[in-house]
Order: sequence, then structure tokens, then C-alpha cells
Amino acid sequence: MSDAKTRGPGPLASVKLFFTDRDKLEPAVITLLAAIFAILMGVGLIFVVSKDPVTSTKNFLLGPFLRTYNFYYLLVAMVPITFTGLALCIIYQLKYMSLIVDSSFYTGAIVATAIGVRLALPAGWHPAVAMLAAGLAGGLIGTLPAILKIKWRANELVSSLMFNYVFYFFGSFVILYFLRDRNQTILASMPFQKTFALPKLVENTQLHAGFIIAAVFVALVSIFLFRTKWGYQIRITGANPKFAAYAGIPVASVAIFAHFVSGFIGGIGGAVEMSGLYRAFIWQMNPSYAWDGVIVAMLARKNPKFVPVSAFFLAYMRVGADFMSRRGDVAFEFITLLQGIIILILASDKIANYFKARRLRRNAFAAEAALAAAPAGGVRSDGGGKGTAGAAGTGGKA
Amino acid sequence: MIEFIAGVFASSNYWFIVLRSTAPILLVTLGAVITEQAGIKNMALEGSMLWAALTGVIVSAFTGSPWLGMMAGILASVTIALILGLFALKLDANAVLCGVALNLFSTGGTVFVLYSLTGDKGISSSLPSKIIPFIKIPFVETIPWIGKVISGQNLIVWLAAFAVVAIHFVLNKATIGRRIKATGENIEAAKAAGIDPVKVKFFTLIVSGILAGIAGCFLSMGYTSNFTSGIAAGRGYVANAAQVVAGGTAIGAIFASLIFGLTDAMATYLQNIGLPPELIQALPYLVTILGFIVVTLIRDRRESIRKRQLLEGKLPKGSLKPIAVGGSNGNGSLGGGAA
Repeated sequence: MSDAKTRGPGPLASVKLFFTDRDKLEPAVITLLAAIFAILMGVGLIFVVSKDPVTSTKNFLLGPFLRTYNFYYLLVAMVPITFTGLALCIIYQLKYMSLIVDSSFYTGAIVATAIGVRLALPAGWHPAVAMLAAGLAGGLIGTLPAILKIKWRANELVSSLMFNYVFYFFGSFVILYFLRDRNQTILASMPFQKTFALPKLVENTQLHAGFIIAAVFVALVSIFLFRTKWGYQIRITGANPKFAAYAGIPVASVAIFAHFVSGFIGGIGGAVEMSGLYRAFIWQMNPSYAWDGVIVAMLARKNPKFVPVSAFFLAYMRVGADFMSRRGDVAFEFITLLQGIIILILASDKIANYFKARRLRRNAFAAEAALAAAPAGGVRSDGGGKGTAGAAGTGGKA
Repeated sequence: MIEFIAGVFASSNYWFIVLRSTAPILLVTLGAVITEQAGIKNMALEGSMLWAALTGVIVSAFTGSPWLGMMAGILASVTIALILGLFALKLDANAVLCGVALNLFSTGGTVFVLYSLTGDKGISSSLPSKIIPFIKIPFVETIPWIGKVISGQNLIVWLAAFAVVAIHFVLNKATIGRRIKATGENIEAAKAAGIDPVKVKFFTLIVSGILAGIAGCFLSMGYTSNFTSGIAAGRGYVANAAQVVAGGTAIGAIFASLIFGLTDAMATYLQNIGLPPELIQALPYLVTILGFIVVTLIRDRRESIRKRQLLEGKLPKGSLKPIAVGGSNGNGSLGGGAA
């Protein structure tokens, strides 16, 4: 604590600063309002379709906290969307739109499955090797849309969506033809080696060490984006590519590198999910965690620090919806519908900047009123005074 | 293998399937073309198709009329396009991100509605939905090979062909077409010329909504006879890729969507000779990406040759036409900086 005091503003001061700095507070308030609005809308939908809306609503809102098992399940559900959310934070900092993380995550899971089934490695090393291989595969895949965009100006979202289909079908081909367990009636890979499993954090729950790995990655990506040269280059390139190019930043390599890192994180996410949660590859469909990553990254406002919070929120909604749909007549998919609405709201600059625009408008009105009220000579000196004050303020900050 | 493919190309049945699977892609691609010409990317086409497919099935089941179903489906599809317009044009949201949001909204929303109505999440088979009629052409039917390809196609396949003509007319002959292109090419100049770009963009969004709506209804009321979850299967996304291949013209859209249609139809045949179906299912998407790359490559090369000729003064004076760049650089601006 004393160390923090000598170094500068402590955590309390930064919290205080957060609440007094309206440019930071207002977006947070809007984000919170969007989340609340989505939940209210969800409750509204439940009341429209459910025969027993009160129980369903209770299950939806309180389900994650009604049983300890559910709560641990919520924590487990945070893991994959934390990875994809972090991966998309990097992409969004770069102001790219690609969703290739979906392929990276899925292929990462496939690569991890292959290693988990085929290789014999000591415990501990086994999942680590799988994660590294999955990360590399995911990273390489991640660069594809960026390369297409830079070389041939192909829209990265469109190409990444095409790639997502290609890699999905390719992945299920690999499972079916090389790793399939023929004794199972459903599509499943052969069981993983025992050494492949990540340890459980709490016995008799699903909570696995992947939760800690995800937490570590939150810290790593925060440092990467805000404390390293690469992160700085990524953010500058995203903010203004022309300026970045003039400043000597190799924008093309930065974009490709950022996509590699993003895909790497996605690939590791897929591997962690496999070794933490499953005993064999049993996905019948692509879980498409990248689409959840979009909302996680947007709720976090592209800042990896806030990814755990938004991942918790999304996991809370999903676990609640899952609990409710198992015990009632409301389909789980209504959560996807709500996710779409939240993204729509958060994507709108006019809504996001509502308070700020109102404040600026008020200030402008006030200034205009002052102009009208004051005599001509007074205005000039007043305006001049303001100008110098502003200049001094920015000078001091810089 | 080559013999096999040659055999497939000779069979009338193959070309029948080609037309059938090209039609929905063609319709949405036209929708993507017209919005892109106005300078807005409609990534919500996938969602539009999903809602149209579901609404068409539900309304036709409850009214007993495929036509009412189709109209309702188109209305639903246009609504999605209008929501995109509302957020992207009025509330300053990133259009591409809105598209992503609306697609999520639609994949979840359609399953949610389907389940709430029928208790089934996968398929609408419990609803007695109607089918848009297939058209047998009296005399053409008897022509040996061609008859089998053309006759017996769904009405919407013909509608798709008609849509090409209509969109070609709108883009090239009508006043609104000039306005659309002006808006897409230079929004400030368009404004100076008295064009309201927001209105023009909304117009193109509505047109794309109608086209995607027809395509969506075809999927659930003609191509198949049910709504299944995720029935659009990425066609809305493919359309956005095909739009680039089409180079911003309605005629180009035919070729662009044929790439998908030919591979999609071939996939069903290749499956029969024992190639792994998973790899074959990936083929249409892979080919679309390749088409996408090849076309931009050719266009870039042509553009650079043109620039060089301009610099060397080799080009005759009258031929200084603007080069359509297709707007593939829609949202990010990094491509320019990198190049």
C-alpha cells in the first residue's frame, strides 16, 4: 500500500477520478443501461411466450445463484467467451471487423483433440503442448483475412465468414475421418488421454484450471495492448492508419501480427475448452463463441481489463437462460436475440455519445446566451480568456 | 474423375439443380450489389433471409395462402433492412457491426419464435405451410434436354431472372440509379447536386430487403418445404462476397452467383462418388473466396495498367471514365494506408 502511495494516485483515487471524469463515466453508464435494457427486454419476452412467466423469470434472473452447481457452471461458461472476447478486443482496437476468431477457436479445439487423443505426453505437458499447437494453428488462420484485406482489399468480415464455413467443415472432416470413435452413435472423437485433462479447481464441479489460464490471459492482453510497443502500434494504426504510416509504423505487418495474436488467443481458448471441460470432442455443431466474443468485447469497450466483467454478465445471462429453458417453455435461443439487440445499441455512436452530445449542446447554448447577454467588448475579452485557459489546460496535460 | 465431371455437365438434371441453387444467391447478390452501389454494406441480408423464410412459413400455414406468406416474408425481411438503416444511417452506428448484430438477433430470434409456436427448435414440419408453385412450360417441356432444365422450375427462379433485368434497369436507365451511383461514389458531390443520400440509401436497403425476402421465402417454400434453423446457411454472407465478384453490376451478379450455384450443385454429385461430404460442403465457400480474390486481383491489375497509361499520356482523351472499385474497402481504411 505504502508503495502505491509513493508512486502516485492509489486505487481509490483512480476510482474517484473515474466517477468525476464524465468522458469515462458516461460510456460506462450507457453500457450498463444497454445491459439492463436487454434484461428487461428478456423478461418482457418471457411474459409474452411463457405460460408460467413468473417462475421462468425467476429462473432466468436468479437461476445462476440458486444452486452452487449453477454458479460454478457460470464461472466455467466465462472461460471460452473470455478468450474470444480478448481476441476480438485486439481486432477492434485495430478497427478491423473480422470474425476469423471463430475458425481459430474451432480449429484450436480440433488440433487440441488430435494431440489429446494421439500423443502420449506427461501430465501437465500434455495440455500445454496442445495449447501451444492450437494457438499456432489459430494464429496462422487468424492472419488470412488480414492478408486478403491488405493485399487485395477484400472485406475482412466477408472473407472471415467464408473461412469460418470452410474451417468448420474441414474440422468436422478431420474428426470424422481421423479421430472418430466408431463405438459412439453420435459424432464424437476417441476419448482423450488421461494426461490431457486440466485439473479441477473445485472437486465435483466443472470449474477447471482453464479459468485461471483465462485470467492470466486477461492480464497478458491488457499489458500487450497498453504497455508494449506492439500494442501501441496496434492502437495507433486503428485510430488513424494514415498517421501511423507517416509515423513510420509498418501498418500492414502490424495488422497481420495483431491478427496472429488474436487468432493465437482464440486457438488457445479452443484447446483450454477441450482439455478443461470434455473427455472427448463431442461438438455436434460449431458453438460459435466468436459471436459471443463480439458482445463481450463491445461491452468491455475494447478494453481487455473489462472483459471479465462483460464475460461474467454474458455468462450470467446464458446460464440463467439455460436453467430457465430446461425448466420451462422458453427457448434458450432468446439469449442470442438479446445479444443482437445489445450490440445494436452499443454500436450506435449517437446513443453512446448521447450524454456527451447533450452536455456539449447545453454548453453551446450557454455560451450563446452569454454572447447575446454580454456587451460586444466584454465578449471578446471573455472569449480570449477562455481560449488561453483551454490552451493552458491542454498544454499542461501534454 | 474428368469423365465423371464431364458426364455431370452433360446431364440436364445437373443444370436443373444449378438454376435452382443459383436463384436464391442471385437474388441476395443483387440486393448486396444495389446497396453497395449506394455506399452502404448490408451485412444483415442473412438475417433478412432467415426472418423471411420463417415468416413465410408461419403466415402461409395460418392463412393457407403461399402468396400472403411470401408477402409477409418480404415485409419481415424489409423490416430487418430498415432496422439496419435506422441504426446505421440515423444513429451513426457502424453498418457492418449492425449487420453482425442483426444476424445474431435473427439466428436466435427465428429459433425462439419457431420454438414458441411449435415446440420444435429444428424444423417447422408441424406447420402446414404452403409451397410457391413450380412452373411447367407447355411446349418447352417436350424439348429433349432444355425442357428438363427450364421447365418445372419454381416461380422464384424466374423471378430471380426478372430481378436481374429490373435491377439492371434501375441502376443504368432510371434516374434513381444515377442517384444511387452518385451517392456511392461521392457523397458530398451528391449532396451538392441536391440528392438526399440518406433517402437513397434507405431506398436501396428496402430493395435489398425485398430481394432477400423473396430469396428467403424460396428457401423455405420452394427449395425445401419447411423452415429449418439456420436455413440461410450463410447465403447472405456469400452474397456480400459475390457482390465484389459482380463488380457492382446486375449482369455480373449472374456470373458471381453462378460460381456458387455450379459448385453447390456439383457438391451433391461429388458426394455420390464417395468424396467426404464435409469437404464438399466447404467447396462453395472456398470457391467463393477464390473468385473474390481472382476478381480483385484482375481489377487491381487493370487499374494499375490504366494508371500507368494515364501517366504516360497514352490514353486517348475521351476515355477518362471513372473506374468502379466495387467498394470492397467498405469500413476499414487500412487497405489504402497499407498499399
